[in-house]
Amino acid sequence: MAGLQSQDFARISATNFRPPDVRHDFEVAKLIDVSKCIGCKACQSACLEWNNLREEVGINRGVYDNPHDLTPNTWTLMRFTEWENPQSGNLEWLIRKDGCMHCADPGCLKACPSPGAIVQYNNGIVDFVSEHCIGCGYCVKGCPFNIPRISQADHKAYKCTLCSDRVSVGQAPACAKACPTGAIVFGTKKAMLDYAQTRLTDLKSRGFKNAGIYDPPGVGGTHVMYVLQHADQPQLYAGLPQNPRISQVVELWKGLTKYAGMAAVGFAAAFAFVHATVARRNDVSRAEDREAEHLIDEEAARGRKA
Amino acid sequence: MTNSWTDIKNTDLVIIMGGNAAEAHPCGFKWVTEAKAQRGAKLIVVDPRFTRSAAVADFYAPIRQGTDIAFLLGVIRYCIENDKVQHDYMRAFTNAPYLVKEGFSYQDGLFSGYDEAKRDYDRSSWEYELGPDGYVQVDETLQHPRSVYQLLKKHVAAYTPEMVERICGTPKDKYLAICKMISECSARDKTMTSMYALGWTQHSKGAQNIRTMAMVQLLLGNIGVRGGGMNALRGHSNIQGLTDIGLMSDLIPGYLAIPKDREVDFSTYMSTRGFKPLRPNQMSYWQNYRKFMVSFLKSMWGPAATAENDFAYQWLPKLDVAGYDMLRTFDLMHQGKVNGYFCQGFNPLLSAPNRGKITASLSKLKFLVVMDPLQTETSRFWKDEGVHNDVKPESIQTEVFELPTTCFAEDEGSLVSSSRWLQWHWPGQEPPGEAKTDAWIMAQLHMRLRELYRKEGGAFPDPIVNLHWPYRDPQDPQPDEVAKELNGYVVSTVTDPADPNKVLLEKGKQVESFGLLRDDGSTACGCWIYTGSWTERGNMMARRDTSDPGNTGAYSNWAFSWPANRRILYNRASADLDGKPWDPKRKLIEWNGTAWTGYDVPDIAPTAKPRDVGPFIMNPEGSARLFSRGLMRDGPFPAHYEPFESPVVNVLAPKIRGNPAARIFKDDLAALGTSDKFPYAATSYRLTEHFHFWTKHVWVNAVLQPEFFVEISEQLAAEKNIQKGGWVKVSSNRGTVYAKAVVTKRIKPLICDGKTIHVVGIPLHWGFTGAARKGFGPNSLTPFVGDANTDTPEFKAFLVNVEPSNGPAVS
Repeated sequence: MAGLQSQDFARISATNFRPPDVRHDFEVAKLIDVSKCIGCKACQSACLEWNNLREEVGINRGVYDNPHDLTPNTWTLMRFTEWENPQSGNLEWLIRKDGCMHCADPGCLKACPSPGAIVQYNNGIVDFVSEHCIGCGYCVKGCPFNIPRISQADHKAYKCTLCSDRVSVGQAPACAKACPTGAIVFGTKKAMLDYAQTRLTDLKSRGFKNAGIYDPPGVGGTHVMYVLQHADQPQLYAGLPQNPRISQVVELWKGLTKYAGMAAVGFAAAFAFVHATVARRNDVSRAEDREAEHLIDEEAARGRKA
Repeated sequence: MTNSWTDIKNTDLVIIMGGNAAEAHPCGFKWVTEAKAQRGAKLIVVDPRFTRSAAVADFYAPIRQGTDIAFLLGVIRYCIENDKVQHDYMRAFTNAPYLVKEGFSYQDGLFSGYDEAKRDYDRSSWEYELGPDGYVQVDETLQHPRSVYQLLKKHVAAYTPEMVERICGTPKDKYLAICKMISECSARDKTMTSMYALGWTQHSKGAQNIRTMAMVQLLLGNIGVRGGGMNALRGHSNIQGLTDIGLMSDLIPGYLAIPKDREVDFSTYMSTRGFKPLRPNQMSYWQNYRKFMVSFLKSMWGPAATAENDFAYQWLPKLDVAGYDMLRTFDLMHQGKVNGYFCQGFNPLLSAPNRGKITASLSKLKFLVVMDPLQTETSRFWKDEGVHNDVKPESIQTEVFELPTTCFAEDEGSLVSSSRWLQWHWPGQEPPGEAKTDAWIMAQLHMRLRELYRKEGGAFPDPIVNLHWPYRDPQDPQPDEVAKELNGYVVSTVTDPADPNKVLLEKGKQVESFGLLRDDGSTACGCWIYTGSWTERGNMMARRDTSDPGNTGAYSNWAFSWPANRRILYNRASADLDGKPWDPKRKLIEWNGTAWTGYDVPDIAPTAKPRDVGPFIMNPEGSARLFSRGLMRDGPFPAHYEPFESPVVNVLAPKIRGNPAARIFKDDLAALGTSDKFPYAATSYRLTEHFHFWTKHVWVNAVLQPEFFVEISEQLAAEKNIQKGGWVKVSSNRGTVYAKAVVTKRIKPLICDGKTIHVVGIPLHWGFTGAARKGFGPNSLTPFVGDANTDTPEFKAFLVNVEPSNGPAVS
């Protein structure tokens, strides 16, 4: 994890930090062209190697996905979906490299209560800074893509760093470096968008009428983008959200901190509740969600009174 | 490969059949991606399973394993019937217009000359009709009923789209769509490349699988051109080097033949290797055979090889059978006729067929030596690993020596890629522990054996005591020394006969090209096709120049490509009869009126006039063979034969089981299973996450694909009540394995001859050593039979039964 002094920041969690200027021309992006991906897992391998992660040797559960989900040690994962295209009658094997999307408007960062535990660099990379992480799991709740994982060993959150250490010295992320077919490419966001257009032309010439770029506006766009053959149906690709947004709970929570600051009376209660909700499991039921919203509303109201 | 990995970017159509390039060759596959992205090339995949290659293909069609010849003969039929043939190329550059002798025939699945008892052919009728001048008779009109063209047309007539569907299970509409896509590449400005691997070789008719596609490519005019060719994707990084260097029981380096018993002296050996041209003016390059052979013998025995002793020809081993291939060797071991066995970079307990027989065979050895960088199952074949290696160590007396060797990243040398590129590499780190290079180990053995022979004599000490051993440190020959020896050097100075002051070859210098090798003992050369790889200009294999004039994909100054740094074989055929490129956009070489010039090293004499000399200079007729004469054991044309274990009978020749010319030992014939007990058609393959049996030792790879599994269709799973991720028991007539079930839409039942055929996919990567979970290999199940020409085992098509199970522990 890069130190707080080493790079320019666009945002820092749970602070009033505002960047002096935002240099969007420096924004980077990783483009994952699903149509070129052969699912070889070289990216997974490179990620484990570069980040010195040691995943467990698992078992086969009847699919090619291994491990079976993202974990504190598996920051990227090939997800394989077999889909019979009702229009062409053809089978398609849709293989998507899952991992942090590095949202321009990062829900994890907004949700994080610990100052400096999550940062966004000016280049757009969203990074977790372990020494400031308190393991509360709010980032998990804040993420619309279900990416961060909390380690049972050190109770800290982990996810893809977009190889911020490599990028800061002018190298592409390890996964992009390892990809044998050029399905993962890395550059400025603008260059990636331009390049993606050429891929769409090619895909449309091959009959993929709905080929498109996945750069969802609901999170302000992302610094990891996909070229999809069926961009009208992103959910085909192992449940890639159609229109990801930061959960309202987090937006409210963020609104609260913004309004009243960390000293608000309601903080402790809200913290306790949200912590209990998200630290237990990574996902939260809808009922719990509604209850949380209600509670936070109440706390916010109390905070205003105080 | 006739072409190279980098050349694939030049193609218009890639057909992956008999391979799975994205899965097994992911790095090379980038050139397919390149052709698709930059040229709009299309990709066709034909495979029993919807593979990782199919995932990025434009068109996929299923095929039952072991029926590729029927599919491709049908493609030939389609091309001829629809006039999608590159006619000028076919007439001028293939043997289509040549006449075949009277007496050649094909009926009921057999060619003329079959001897059922010997399972072999008298091939004398599979020959051209020669005129009184000794040249082949030709009918340029292609109308003669005994012309190769007419015989071929007749031979493929049975393979209608309906018949292809009946045999292969490929739906007719998909099949015809593929025929159309392929046939479009008969245009002069369109090329197709064929990428294949073990999916074609590991069959009892593997060589003919490849030949059939080569015939398709010849009819389309796609051999010798950019973006075309027959491109074998080799399974190990240096397996191309293995064959080049002659590590086959019937070969010596440079594809020269090991003498047979009956070739009692050098003149007898050479008498059948005259390679007299079969058409006027032809080069028939093998006329230089004697130069290559004598230079090889000089490299082996140095000063002891003299003209007087036939250059020590007598010291070469002589074969009393066609070859001591892996299957024959293990069969002999099984009979108790083998005392000791050296396993160098080889794990036969998992890679030879019918594991039960392999275990029994190894148990009969007195000693086994395993040289490997890793622990192998073979070196522990005696160890009781429960269900994963169910043996009784106390009953096995074989003494096993395990010699740890360096791996490719710890030593220096060259690796030959599928592209025929010899690429020099340097060590990345010091070898661990006591690991030694293979060369050091072999040198130690040689020095000790030589000493014993010198002291004690023996039945035949000459080849060993006289072996030329000129290394700086005889105990440890270095890679540069061996490489220079392979390239060849001048033994004694040669002067111009017309001018004795003019030195043609200077003693001690490296030979620049194999055209300079001589048959009088004045040159030595370990492997003639490697000449040019280490010359007086230095180590050509170490070159790393990425310049590519004309953007042809040749990269001529990157490493060294055998032969003669030629990047595309038969490149003369990229130009028309007058030497102009068929497609100006794909120029490789052209005739400028006096010489051949262009981007690649011409595959013809530089001043050979276009209409005089044919492009296929290694053949005495100067043309490529649609009819292969007597050179293939199982027929001059390919014909459809079922695998030895097949779920259906051969509909074209119901009496014939398997390939009628493939050798099968008696016990192994008895061990074949039948579809009443073993109803499902199984096939074996590799996965991207692993490399053979190596990477299961690597934690990361073990994480990515941890556990042995088999793949079956949703339909078969439902029929047998098998759960996704549940245990299954898979058995053949030779063994049983337990695996997790991957239930997938990517395998679908096929309908062949009206019968539903379920395909079972069995990957190969697991054993009982390493970081991954213990498992099995497909070789516990596969039959002990190989290809009629190469004896490569039939790993790709066999019969199994599949049942739900509680797993190995409690079943």
